[in-house]
Amino acid sequence: MTPLLSVQNIRKTYGTRIGCTGVSFDLYPGEVMGIVGESGSGKSTLLNCLAGHLEPDGGRVVFDTRTDGPVDTVTMSEPERRMLGRTDWAFVHQHARDGLRMSVSAGGNIGERLMAVGDRHYGDIRDKAIDWLGRVEIEANRVDDRPTAFSGGMQQRLQIARNLVTGPRLVFMDEPTGGLDVSVQARLLDLLRGLVREMGLSAIIVTHDLAVVRLLADRLMVMKDGHVAESGLTDQVLDDPQHAYTQLLVSSVLQV
Amino acid sequence: MSEYNFAYLDEQTKRMIRRAILKGLAVPGYQVPFASREMPMPYGWGTGGVQVSAATLTPDDTFKVIDQGADDTTNAVSIRKFFENTAGVVTTEETEKATVIQTRHRIPEAELTEDQILVYQVPIPEPLRFLEPRETETRKMHALEEYGLMHVKLYEDISQHGAISTSYAYPVKVSGRYVMDPSPIPKFDNPKLEMDAIQLFGAGREQRIYAVPPHTKVVSLDFEDYPFEATKADHPCDLCGAEDSYLDEVIMDDAGNRMFVCSDTDYCRSRRAAGHEGRLAKEDAA
Repeated sequence: MTPLLSVQNIRKTYGTRIGCTGVSFDLYPGEVMGIVGESGSGKSTLLNCLAGHLEPDGGRVVFDTRTDGPVDTVTMSEPERRMLGRTDWAFVHQHARDGLRMSVSAGGNIGERLMAVGDRHYGDIRDKAIDWLGRVEIEANRVDDRPTAFSGGMQQRLQIARNLVTGPRLVFMDEPTGGLDVSVQARLLDLLRGLVREMGLSAIIVTHDLAVVRLLADRLMVMKDGHVAESGLTDQVLDDPQHAYTQLLVSSVLQV
Repeated sequence: MSEYNFAYLDEQTKRMIRRAILKGLAVPGYQVPFASREMPMPYGWGTGGVQVSAATLTPDDTFKVIDQGADDTTNAVSIRKFFENTAGVVTTEETEKATVIQTRHRIPEAELTEDQILVYQVPIPEPLRFLEPRETETRKMHALEEYGLMHVKLYEDISQHGAISTSYAYPVKVSGRYVMDPSPIPKFDNPKLEMDAIQLFGAGREQRIYAVPPHTKVVSLDFEDYPFEATKADHPCDLCGAEDSYLDEVIMDDAGNRMFVCSDTDYCRSRRAAGHEGRLAKEDAA
C-alpha cells in the first residue's frame, strides 16, 4: 500500500535556531496522526512545512496525488501546490478567523472552494453549502449570515465545513479545539471523529491537548525542541510513555 | 502656450507610458505598472486617463472628453481645455469625428471604429481589491489564474439581493485569461467592450495601465443559472425618444415627477437634430 503522505527527513531552521529537524513518517489513507508537544517544540512549523505554507530547508514531502501518483510537494510548482491546497488538502486553522472570510456569508465561505475549482451553478453551490452546514450542525437558516454573527464554536465548525466541501483526502489541523470551552470542544471532537470516519479522511492534528489525540488519533508523535521524542500508536504512547519528556507530559494532565 | 512640451508631458515620460501601453495591448487585461507622474489636477480627476491620452495624442488627432457620458461637465470641460492649451489639438463633442476619446464611466452609444482610441479613467484597477486587500496576494492570484474569489462576490450578491446586484465596474474576463475591472462603467456597457477601437485604461494614483485590443473577446462573469444581464432604466429617453441608450434619471420636483435622459449627451443631441422627439422634448425647448 502506498502511503498517502510520506515525510522524509524534514528540516526547517530559523537562522541558527531549529524549527524542526529530522522528522520522518508515513501516513496511510484513512489514518489520523496526532502531533503533540509543548509550545515552541516545532509542531506548528512542521505542520506548515507539510502543508506548503513554509518552505522546508531540507527533506521531502511526498504526496500520493490522484493523477500522477507520489509527487514531492516541496519541489512541485507553486500553481500545482496551490491547486492541491484547495482540492485534495484542507487546512483548519486554530483561529477560525484566519481560515474564514469574515465579510462573506457562511454560504459564500463554503462555496469559495467550489467556485475556485470551477463550479458555476449558483443553485448547486448553495445546495451544497446548506448540506454542509447541516453536517456541521449549523442551522440552514444561518446560510446568509456572516461568520461575525457566529459563536466561536460555530465559526470553527464553519471553517471545517468550508474545508471539507471539496472532499479532500488529507486534512491538516492546527489546534482545532484551542480557545473553545470544554463542552463546545467535546461537540467539535465528536463531529470531527464522525466526519473523519465517514469520509475516510487522513488527518494530521497538531495539538497540546492529550485528550484530543486520545479521541481522534490512531498514531501519535511527541515533539520536543524540534526533534521527534517518541512516536507510536496513541494508546501505547500515552499509556506506556518511554521518553522522559512524554512521561512528564502525560503526568502533567490534571485528573478531575 | 509654447512653454509646454506637446501634450504637457516630456518625451521621455510619454515613451515610458507608450511602452506600458504596448505591453498592455500585448497581454490583454494585464495590469502594467508604470511610473505615474504628478499631474496638474488631483488624483481621482482622471490623472491616469490624462497621461494615457497625452502619450497617445498626435498633433493631427481630434480629441473628445466625456464624463458620465456628458461633454459639458466640469471634469470633461477642464480636461478638454487642458489639451487644447497644452497640445493645441482640435477638440470635438461629436463621437464620430473624434480619433481619441477620453472617458469616465461610460462607453459612447455610437459604435466606435478601428480609427479610434478610447481612453478610460480608472479609480481602482484591481478587480479583486475589495475581496483580497493584499497586493502580493492579488498579483499571485492573477498570475495563477485563481479567480474563484470573484465569483464569491457574485454569490454574495445573489444570496443577499436575489440577483447579481453589481451594476457598475462589473468584472470581465479578457481573452480567456485575465479578470479585469472595466472601470466603473454601467454593466449596460459591458457587451460593448468587444469593439473595433483600441481601449486603454489608465489609473494614475494606482500607477497601472491596461488595455483591450480591438476585436478581443470580453466575457462578463456570471453563473449558469444567473446569467449576465445588461440592464438599464426601462424607459425611452424623454428628450430624443431613444430606447436603446443608457439613461440618467433626473428628479424634477418634490411631487414624484422625474424624467429619463440619455447619459450620452452627444448621442441625444444628434438624435434630436435628426428629428427624433421624446415625451418632454417640447417642454425642454420652451
